[in-house]
Amino acid sequence: MTDAILEPTVQPRRRPDRSKVRVGNRLVRFKKITQVGIKSIYSHGLRSLLTVLGIVIGVAAVIAMLAVSEGASFEAQQQFRDLGANNILLKSVKPAEVEESSNRGFGPPQAIVYGLTLADVETIRNSIPGISNVIASRIVKKNVWHLGRSMNTDVVGTAVDYPTSRNYNLRSGRFFSETEMRDHANVVVLSDEVANALFPIDNPLGLSIKIDSDYYNVIGIMESEDFSNLGQNQAGSSNAAPSRIYIPFTSSKSRFGETTTRQTAGGMERETVQLHEAIIQVDNQESVIEVGEIIEQILARRHKDIDYAIEIPLALLRQAEESALRDQIVAGAIAGISLLVGGIGIMNIMLASVTERTREIGIRRALGAKKRDIITQFLIEAVILSAVGGVIGVVLGIAIPFVISAFWGMTTIVTPVAPLLAFSISALIGVVFGIYPSMRAADMDPVEALRHE
Amino acid sequence: MTSLEPNPATGIGNTPADIDSVGQSVVASLKDIRKTYYMGALAVEVLHGISLDFYEGEYVSIMGPSGCGKSTLMNILGCLDKPTEGTYYLGGEDTSEMDDDELSTIRGARLGFIFQSYNLIQQLNVLENIEMPLFYQGYSEQDCHEIAMGLVERVGLDDRIDHKPFELSGGQQQRVAIARALAVDPLIILADEPTGNLDTKSGAEILDLFDELNQQGKTLIMITHSDELAERSPRWVRMLDGKVESDDRRNS
Repeated sequence: MTDAILEPTVQPRRRPDRSKVRVGNRLVRFKKITQVGIKSIYSHGLRSLLTVLGIVIGVAAVIAMLAVSEGASFEAQQQFRDLGANNILLKSVKPAEVEESSNRGFGPPQAIVYGLTLADVETIRNSIPGISNVIASRIVKKNVWHLGRSMNTDVVGTAVDYPTSRNYNLRSGRFFSETEMRDHANVVVLSDEVANALFPIDNPLGLSIKIDSDYYNVIGIMESEDFSNLGQNQAGSSNAAPSRIYIPFTSSKSRFGETTTRQTAGGMERETVQLHEAIIQVDNQESVIEVGEIIEQILARRHKDIDYAIEIPLALLRQAEESALRDQIVAGAIAGISLLVGGIGIMNIMLASVTERTREIGIRRALGAKKRDIITQFLIEAVILSAVGGVIGVVLGIAIPFVISAFWGMTTIVTPVAPLLAFSISALIGVVFGIYPSMRAADMDPVEALRHE
Repeated sequence: MTSLEPNPATGIGNTPADIDSVGQSVVASLKDIRKTYYMGALAVEVLHGISLDFYEGEYVSIMGPSGCGKSTLMNILGCLDKPTEGTYYLGGEDTSEMDDDELSTIRGARLGFIFQSYNLIQQLNVLENIEMPLFYQGYSEQDCHEIAMGLVERVGLDDRIDHKPFELSGGQQQRVAIARALAVDPLIILADEPTGNLDTKSGAEILDLFDELNQQGKTLIMITHSDELAERSPRWVRMLDGKVESDDRRNS
């Protein structure tokens, strides 16, 4: 009976102190398991690629769709903002009943009288506090001439602060002044479009154009109105935004008068309109909608027929924002569904992978892997797949809107939230859809798993 | 007496029961092990009360015809399966009370497995396969590498460390598996028909390696259906119909 027999003949090799080792090597362990995951993804190249593709498409779709809808809503909002968020727009509209009655009967054509009047505008200005300015305009459709060239355009007789009220910029020259307004001067500001049509070569500044029998001196050129369906009511013109030129309000009144005549198929049609449109500027943006309501009441009291229209860009802006939000929710939902499908793809592949690697799971379990080691291994694999898909998807999702903008000229806006959101969702999908297959892997009976062919 | 001193590294000597009358320490002890499988309402008892003790440094063969329950016994010895009744002490610890995590740990730390079909992981190279049990035991990367390098040399495959299992012959694969089984320096090495898939020459090499390991003091339990192989070892247990039929030792 000696110690030699009792002592284990095989000396345990540096068996590490468990407690210390466990904590210290958690990271190493994680790294190893990750490497194992990457290896197995790599060894099933095509399958992994197809799986990743589902996530790539989902993530890219989320980002791209949000960028496009964000861009569209930005564009729409910009248009309303251009009209001025502090503005209320009024315009005259020919009432349907009047039109009918005038066409009946005999005798010389009678002038139809309708629309906003100077008195309306005065009442509004005087009775509602908080209105900083009212810019009233007359719009008459005329042929304008320069040498041999002519163009049919809207001649807008308006106030000096018209451009500022609508956020329009002058390209060159200037708008007319108070003095010119007072003098009923024959000066004109052309829109880009008209300037290009009448003066294809020359700089129109300092030259003159002819309207009816009068000559007007061109003093400025203004950028074209890209969005306005106001004031297009002159003689029932089409809905297309007409090209415009601008003359002082006073000049319009004295040169063209208040009654205009139009040739129609049935004869002459005459109508008398004092004002075609008015821009009412409100001091405080918060009261715009309220002021709009009061104006509506005032006009309703003063007009027998509804021969006017009221437009509040701010209200339209709010509507646009609301519908933009709705669009985004729809777009997000569609893209979200494709992400979900991608996630189901991951689950499918992971389940296949678990079945295929049953034997490996058995071996690992026999060699000391705990259930949680197996779960971690498969979960990491799922997360790697979805994260790789997420990264590629984010890159694509940011690139696609650029391509759309470049080729179709659509405004697209990639907000930083979208890629972040899409990526986190994709990573989450990896976890959520990876858990079930991983649990199945871990819950296998080691004996059964080892016997699996 | 020194023999009663507990050895924390192996767990041997923790209880007096581990020391048998001869004075050799018991590393594994099966006491009246029964295993019943349930197939629906049908209960089939595969092991009908098996009691066996395995001693430190022993080389034991367990043999018997197929269906005699030797594989089931092997799974129980390997802590892959739990007995329906009876107790199994491994290194002085009662495994019947252990949960899944503890069983995993004891498999990884105390047992080395050698399978008939090698069971190497195909995506991993030779070195990584050997490192795997060490990794699950929480050895540092450096230790894993050092130990695995030592073992790969010992089984004579140090020129193949980067090879994947499918690039190796059966005999070479089985040697990798042996190296892997030795990695954690287990109490017992369990070999299930280790030469079953090998040609005679490779099989003989593997058996020589087993002899060598046993001479170095490793405890080996080998399952085989061949009497010839079984009688190579100093002790052989013959099983029949879920019972131990005979338990013989060679008198050397």
